[in-house]
Amino acid sequence: MTRKYELVYLVSPDATDPQIADLHTQVEAIAQRLGGTIEKTDNWGRRKLAYEIGPHKEGTYVVEYIDGGGELMKEIDRRLKVTDLIIRHLVVRVDEEQTVIERTRGQRTETSRRRRIARGLPPDRAPGEGQRGEVEDDRDDRFDMSEVER
Amino acid sequence: MNGGGGKRSFGSGGGGGRGKTGARGAAGAAGKDGQRRPMFRRRKICKFCAEKIDDINYKDTKLLMPFVPERAKIMPRRISGTCAMHQRKLRTAIMRARQLALLPYTAE
Repeated sequence: MTRKYELVYLVSPDATDPQIADLHTQVEAIAQRLGGTIEKTDNWGRRKLAYEIGPHKEGTYVVEYIDGGGELMKEIDRRLKVTDLIIRHLVVRVDEEQTVIERTRGQRTETSRRRRIARGLPPDRAPGEGQRGEVEDDRDDRFDMSEVER
Repeated sequence: MNGGGGKRSFGSGGGGGRGKTGARGAAGAAGKDGQRRPMFRRRKICKFCAEKIDDINYKDTKLLMPFVPERAKIMPRRISGTCAMHQRKLRTAIMRARQLALLPYTAE
């Protein structure tokens, strides 16, 4: 059974572009060896860190969306831990959450459609239609915030 | 390190504070030299329910930022009005983002 994972790693700002590309190919090689595939890779580029990690104040974030088994992720995790260029990394399993999200989304559109049909309206909401909703009581935040400052 | 530890418990985030809020609200209305001032308390709404945001993702810093005010602590439910389910998801997302230095643990 294959699972979906997200791998984010934070590469040291000293790393050059070829080095980052090399890390990616390393991950890819492990994935291939253990019967997984990389669906997508995102490079967020260099970003400032929210806090200093050792000497580093910024770093390059790379996100990989991986299809594979738990053994594969274990191996990748182990390899990334010993790689000096990588400051931080995080592996998250996402397939279960994604199905939940899709299900709730599906249910919501379905109920809204059913209700609209029951009211004799076309099933899909036209743009600009519907109640002003959501942001209407956005005016006085300060009463909530005064509680924080207290 | 398998991703933020979804199951760790950190005391009672919102539940404990709720009674207190009510008491303080009443005191605020009656206080101040007996001068009665109507206390407007905005009905709190869960942002994620209202805007129908299903996916609270640790990569979406823009979404998470308002829930970690100046001190970078996670904003409690009794103040933000987030519903229990979404607060839970929010917390895991914030904790994951912190591991990756996308959000601060604390502000000095």
